[in-house]
Amino acid sequence: MKRIGVFICHCGINIAGTVDIEKLTSQIKEYPNVVHVENYKYMCSSPGQQLINQQIMDKNLDAVVVAACSPSLHENTFRTSVQRVEMNPYNCEIANIREQCSWVHDDKQIATDKAAKIIKSMVEKTVLDEPLMPITVPVNRKALVIGGGVAGMQAALNIANNGYEVILVERESSIGGHMAMLSETFPTLDCSQCILTPKMVEVDQHPNITLITYSEVVEVSGFVGNFKVKIKQKAKYVDWEKCNGCGDCITECPINTPSEFEQQLGERHAIYRPFPQAVPNKVIVDMDECIQCMVCQVFCPTDAIDFNQKDSIVEQEVGAIVLATGYQLYSLKNLPEYGGGEIEDVIDGLAFERLLSASGPTQGVVKRPSDGKIPQDVVFIQCAGSRDPENHMPYCSRICCMYTAKHAMLYKHRVHQGRAYIFYMDIRSGGKDYEEFVQRVMEEERVVYLRGKVSRLYEEDGKVVVCGTDTLTRRNVEIKADLVVTATPIRPIEDIDQLSKLFKISINQNGFLTEAHPKLRPVESLTSGIYLAGCAQAPRDIPDTVAQASGAASMVCALFSSDQLYHDPIIAGVDEDLCSGCGICVGVCPYSARTLNREKGIVEVNEVLCEACGACSAACPSGAAQQRNFTDIQLKNMVKAILG
Amino acid sequence: MNNKLTLENIQQFDLDEFQEISGENIFACYQCGNCSAGCPAADFMDLAPHEVIRLLQLGQIDEVVKTNTVWICAACVTCRVRCPKGVDLSKIMEAVRQIVLRKKNNYVDLNKIESELREKLPQIALVGNFRKFTL
Ligand SMILES: Cc1cc2nc3c(=O)[nH]c(=O)nc-3n(C[C@H](O)[C@H](O)[C@H](O)COP(=O)(O)OP(=O)(O)OC[C@H]3O[C@@H](n4cnc5c(N)ncnc54)[C@H](O)[C@@H]3O)c2cc1C
Ligand code: SF4
Ligand code: SF4
Repeated sequence: MKRIGVFICHCGINIAGTVDIEKLTSQIKEYPNVVHVENYKYMCSSPGQQLINQQIMDKNLDAVVVAACSPSLHENTFRTSVQRVEMNPYNCEIANIREQCSWVHDDKQIATDKAAKIIKSMVEKTVLDEPLMPITVPVNRKALVIGGGVAGMQAALNIANNGYEVILVERESSIGGHMAMLSETFPTLDCSQCILTPKMVEVDQHPNITLITYSEVVEVSGFVGNFKVKIKQKAKYVDWEKCNGCGDCITECPINTPSEFEQQLGERHAIYRPFPQAVPNKVIVDMDECIQCMVCQVFCPTDAIDFNQKDSIVEQEVGAIVLATGYQLYSLKNLPEYGGGEIEDVIDGLAFERLLSASGPTQGVVKRPSDGKIPQDVVFIQCAGSRDPENHMPYCSRICCMYTAKHAMLYKHRVHQGRAYIFYMDIRSGGKDYEEFVQRVMEEERVVYLRGKVSRLYEEDGKVVVCGTDTLTRRNVEIKADLVVTATPIRPIEDIDQLSKLFKISINQNGFLTEAHPKLRPVESLTSGIYLAGCAQAPRDIPDTVAQASGAASMVCALFSSDQLYHDPIIAGVDEDLCSGCGICVGVCPYSARTLNREKGIVEVNEVLCEACGACSAACPSGAAQQRNFTDIQLKNMVKAILG
Repeated sequence: MNNKLTLENIQQFDLDEFQEISGENIFACYQCGNCSAGCPAADFMDLAPHEVIRLLQLGQIDEVVKTNTVWICAACVTCRVRCPKGVDLSKIMEAVRQIVLRKKNNYVDLNKIESELREKLPQIALVGNFRKFTL
């Protein structure tokens, strides 16, 4: 027989006000297995804890039930406390007679009876509780960061500066992401390249960071502290060990093709680097464009060109992963009302960034794509596909109000006589110094803000005729513009579905990665050991991206701060004698903790992945899946105690 | 003269009934004005289409009824096609017309039209008469 002690807390008058403590104490005294019952004003106080520990020793107790508040408050307190007198913490249970009893009742009689039932049922559970030891797992203190935009770079640098190794995988040949494309950044108008390039170089030269660009993760297995990944390095057709980035090959290459980095507004060659400040400063060959004339080979001073190069796979083991895959813009092709991408002088925000950029295709002179003329009337359209649940994206893209104001201001700085018109529905300028920035654009730049949507636009006589409305004056507006810039929605990357499957993390209805808790755990995914940063999780500006990336990095560092991980031992196991190998539990486990071993014909559990949700125990037809200390027999006895 | 909005008149008409007649949730509208921007008849209306919804959101149906807008609306449904919130404004216009029509105020008495003239009038003109000249 187990020797159980029950300790009833008054919680001041919180419990004692509605529950007759003395009566309760005498009722519980009679219950089987209970050898000691005692009550006290505040059990969680230090004398309260001492009282329990004293009785454990004096009465030689095997287990205790503390009848008090919700276990979410003090389970940890009491379990830690009993360990001081050598009791296994899992032999200490909480009977919740406050939130589930005294707080919700007025009638003392009923509340007292109910409290007795709650305690008895917990005693029944405790009778069959096993002593458990936390599951320990070693931690591989090396991090993998996926995506080399500003989010990924920030996370990598923070982790590396804490002394841990980082592998940074970027799919393009250079890191930098979208920030490298921006001209100047709101609200301070610092030059984007100027603040980013030093960071890129720091990443490249950091002794703790291994940069693997032009690569993608293709396989992931394992769990927190112990992930195994396979990284595919795409063939570059250039031996990067030899390439010194001199660019002689680029100048000689006869092929010209639209540059992705310049948003098709400029050209690149078949052998190229996306932009001159690329990091690493190395070139790659675009095989779709290359005609194999071998000119590059002739001019390369280091004999780096290698047309026989193949894709290769590298394997890595890491303890934590940060996903920072960023965003793409919703294509204008999806917006037939705004020309569907067919009208040359209707462009998106990133293209306009390139037109404003001093290192862009027009050296920072704003020229319109169709004929290179300097536009005199420019129309900006906000929410061009955002906040449109009927036809496009339902959500607000959050940064376009600000970058549109910035675009109008920079345009006015470049073209002094030019006129800028912004169609908007609302101005969302909630960041630090953002509202002041927008007000400056209105007051000092005299940009014409028109409150309403553009219903359509069309090309006529070398102009783009924009038909919209100004709801504030209830007048319809027609502007014959030279150039139209649309603020199209921020979307997750094209292949976000595959990414979410690969890493087994969820995405929301719009494809953005889902955080573990929208308020309290914003940088963690639901899979332990995988963290989120930047626009992959939701549209956001650079300051928020960097802050979130630092947050993710500090979570990684916290994980790495010890060489062992402890996992709660309350997990669902498999009784090998009972398991029929039907595999039903494998499908219902949301954490992929269970796998079917076909050879043995039974299911096996990865204890570290199990989060003890109990789905398998409920689903198992043969009773083989039992959650530790929540077994079927225990639950049955608990129910009996309550009904009886 | 426009009414000042006060506690006495904000949303003081039966919105549920209006929703039932129109089948539309007028509160889905966030006043982007796309309906007005695309409406081929907007230039002839006293109130722009989006203003009709705004006044209805505030319960000012009497003000809507005073204007020519719902009678100018040709029910071409361009607004419905363009609305990013999926609001069918043409149904809302129709609902306002229905509310007026259901009051059954006839301003033209058929019996007072000379029988000779009545013979000549096409059917459609008589129907149109009842639908539109009831204010
Ligand atoms: C027109 C425009 C103007 C803007 N102006 C400003 C401004 O003035 N100020 C401001 O604060 N913000 C501005 N922003 C917002 C800014 O661009 C973002 O906040 C920032 O770039 C987000 O960084 P990120 O690292 O999350 O994403 P990204 O910059 O998109 O970086 C993601 C990186 O991950 C890589 N990647 C993607 N998938 C994979 C994969 N599977 N494997 C490996 N690598 C992958 C990508 O190649 C990319 O390099 C602007 C945005 C736009 C569209
Ligand atoms: S940030 Fe502004 S422009 Fe962009 S979707 Fe939101 S409200 Fe529209
Ligand atoms: S288009 Fe739709 S959302 Fe916009 S003002 Fe008209 S009814 Fe309202």
